Amino acid sequence: MTDVAQGSPGRRGTGKRPASGKSIKAAPVNIRAAVESRLAMRHKAERRFRNTGLAAIVLALAFLIVLLGSIIAQGYTAFWSHSISAPITVDSAKVDARDLAGANYHMLVAAALLQKVGAPDDELGDNAAAMKELISTDVAHELQEQLEADPALIGKTVTVNGHLSDDADLYLKGEVTRSVPEAERKLTDQQLDWIDKLKAQGVVSGAFNSQLLTASDSTEPEQAGLLGAIIGSALTLLVTGLLAVPIGVMAAVYLEEFSPKNRMTDFIEVNINNLAAVPSIVYGLLGLALFINWMGLARSSPMVGGLVLALMALPTVIIATRSSLKSVPPSIREAALGMGASRTQTVFHHVLPLAMPGIMTGTILAMAHALGETAPLLMIGMVSFVPGVPEGFNGAATVLPVQIFIWENASERAFHERTAAAIIVLLVFMIIMNLAAIILRRRFERRW
Amino acid sequence: MLVWAALLLLVLMSAVAYNFGRRRALKKSGGRSAALHSRPQYHGYYVALWAGIPAAALLLAYAVFGPRIEAALLQVDPPAAVASLDVNQLRVFYQDASAQASGQGSSETVYAGPLKAALDAKVVEARNINQVFSAAAYAAMLVLALGGFLLAFPRLSIDFRARNRVEGWTGALLFACSALAVFTTVGIVASLTFESLRFFNMIPPLDFLLGTDWSPQIAMRADQYGSSGGFGAVPLFAGTFLVMLLAMMVAAPIGLYSAIYLSEYANGPQRAIIKPLLEILAGVPTVVYGFFAALTVGPMFRAAFNGLGALMIGGPLDELGQYLSQVQNQMALVAGVVMGIMLIPFVSSLSDDIINAVPQSLRDGSYAMGATRSETVRKVILPAALPGIAGAMLLAVSRAIGETMIVTMAAGLQAKMTLNPLDTVTTVTVQIVTLLTGDQEFDSAKTLAAFGLGLTLFVVTLLLNVIALHVVQKYREQYD
Repeated sequence: MTDVAQGSPGRRGTGKRPASGKSIKAAPVNIRAAVESRLAMRHKAERRFRNTGLAAIVLALAFLIVLLGSIIAQGYTAFWSHSISAPITVDSAKVDARDLAGANYHMLVAAALLQKVGAPDDELGDNAAAMKELISTDVAHELQEQLEADPALIGKTVTVNGHLSDDADLYLKGEVTRSVPEAERKLTDQQLDWIDKLKAQGVVSGAFNSQLLTASDSTEPEQAGLLGAIIGSALTLLVTGLLAVPIGVMAAVYLEEFSPKNRMTDFIEVNINNLAAVPSIVYGLLGLALFINWMGLARSSPMVGGLVLALMALPTVIIATRSSLKSVPPSIREAALGMGASRTQTVFHHVLPLAMPGIMTGTILAMAHALGETAPLLMIGMVSFVPGVPEGFNGAATVLPVQIFIWENASERAFHERTAAAIIVLLVFMIIMNLAAIILRRRFERRW
Repeated sequence: MLVWAALLLLVLMSAVAYNFGRRRALKKSGGRSAALHSRPQYHGYYVALWAGIPAAALLLAYAVFGPRIEAALLQVDPPAAVASLDVNQLRVFYQDASAQASGQGSSETVYAGPLKAALDAKVVEARNINQVFSAAAYAAMLVLALGGFLLAFPRLSIDFRARNRVEGWTGALLFACSALAVFTTVGIVASLTFESLRFFNMIPPLDFLLGTDWSPQIAMRADQYGSSGGFGAVPLFAGTFLVMLLAMMVAAPIGLYSAIYLSEYANGPQRAIIKPLLEILAGVPTVVYGFFAALTVGPMFRAAFNGLGALMIGGPLDELGQYLSQVQNQMALVAGVVMGIMLIPFVSSLSDDIINAVPQSLRDGSYAMGATRSETVRKVILPAALPGIAGAMLLAVSRAIGETMIVTMAAGLQAKMTLNPLDTVTTVTVQIVTLLTGDQEFDSAKTLAAFGLGLTLFVVTLLLNVIALHVVQKYREQYD
């Protein structure tokens, strides 16, 4: 060994010496300089290449930060809103006990607030109308409800609570400022003065906007919330999960553990791989043609939405389950078979339980993906305005991502921040699901 | 709701059947379960399966086909009043009758006079048909469940091979589940082709595929602007292509370079941080990207171009300046760039897998020859991984073509034949959404056009996917 190791460079050296020796003698400086300058250039190219790669990653991460940052910056204000709580003296001349529904409560509250800010109403009622713009309709509804519950309150002073209108709320949050010319604002300087006065008197106060999570969609931005959409999403995902998970897992078990190697199996596999890459909107068209037009299921219902998303999630669940089944070592199967278990028993008693953590992780990720899906649900009519909480699986419903789409299209400026807030809520749900998947993986993953 | 109750009843019946079967097996064996061929629970499963599966299949068939058959029965003898209605009105009439009978909201058509009376009569008829039908279906379900039970129960004996039978059922069930994937494909193809054929009956396919005028609003008045009812989809293809091209110009270099950095340069901890962060980018729903494009990137680009244009006005590039200062929020560039951002993690994770699949021996050989890392990547790894990377890019192109929400929210609605990234364009997916989310009149060319576009989209993406998957697979086998 040592002979060869010492001998071989010597032999090669003697063989090549004359040629290289000559060239070194002829131009000793040039070669060295050329090699060094080439090397410097090559190292420079190396650094450039490496830095380009680094720049690409930094850019991608910068996009992520800008994306999330801009959404949080636009949305966090929606979690804070201003409400009004004022004692109103109910003028018996303006409210008739026999015709409670006929009174103009909105105007009544506006007039009372006008008195508070010390501005007299003019004859045409312009001031009261201007004040009316500052308060939301729910104040009047509450007053009416109180009076209907107890008509004896007429002529007395009642405390009513409700929301400030969206524009007034935006002003108090500093999103609309006085620096904007009056003509380009929705509210006049006078109205802004009133808001400031009411705020100073403590009639108007800010608090956490629980409405956003406890109310359903509304045409008034200040009263709009996400509860309906959250419940709609939950119902839809329930249908999706109940269908896609068992069917997907069973299909994967068949393909991975039972299927004979033949053309049929190959065909099914090609199908599944292609289905995973079909654009989601095509699933929406399928849902529209199959479930709504052909089977006659209710439009925009969580049932149809869930069915469409289940078909969409199926390939993902199958692929995740298969890779999880693949990671169970064959020795487990051989041991079970060796003990006399049948193939079905081997799979269901040993392989499947061992693959379960991986299957759960893949399934949760597939569900998180389905939670964020929008386009196919637009196709089955989930874009319609749905006030209130969905009534069961066949009632009209909307889901979180579609709610985001609807609000993004709304013209009121206050919906802008609420859209971003809805995105934050959606992302929180997705983060929770992803965290659950990561925790499952960390806790139960087994390395063979 | 009744279906759910029936399903619950079926589950309960199966549970009871299971108990009966298990007990009978135990009794037959005289308490020594070892004497049985199969363990007692397999006898239970066997009876439960016979009681449950045929009846459940019937219930499923009723849920799927029942409404169709009921609707067909309803149309058997049309009342005299509907003779004046055309095909579409007739369809709406019957749909309304079924909808009212089942207590769903019906269309906004107002019926009056004899039509109203006919509708009311049909509503009653629909209700009756439904009652008879559902009663028959549930009765048949009960008969099947009981029959299955009575068929299976007497078979149980000590030597009965219950386990093998149950395993046979299980295998069939598993196969049915995996065949569902095929049925989904068949369903997609069938529904898209069926509706598209109706569309192509109205509009010749060549006019659709090669026409250059897209204005699907059918004119209400003769002089109405932009509503000639043109269904030439070429402007949509051009718009889709432009947005896809812009997206790939962002996603391909950034995605590929990040994949190279991640697999060749980054150390373990770096990868452990960067990869999950890129996964977050991949997990963000597309509607969020759409919001980002429409309300952050759009106004930002617009302000930048308008500012640039304002600087150029009066200079040698006056005309360009005039143009730039009037650029709007909705432009192909915004949708393209944001879609590109969305595709970065997709491209990078696919390329990462492919680069990692290049055998280490190739790298070692290159290093041994004195090549630097970048030379190894450029001259050895990339050529070796090229087919795989091409496949990954094709998959990304297919994603870009099928992507809906970003373009719907940020690209615009005007069908234009342009390759100018600052112009507003519209894409195939945007038009599908627009055609199907407005007021829907069924059977109009406008609604059916969405299916024509959907079919085109499906065929193109399918071709891309098949080629890409084939290329990637071939490439993987090469080094396995």
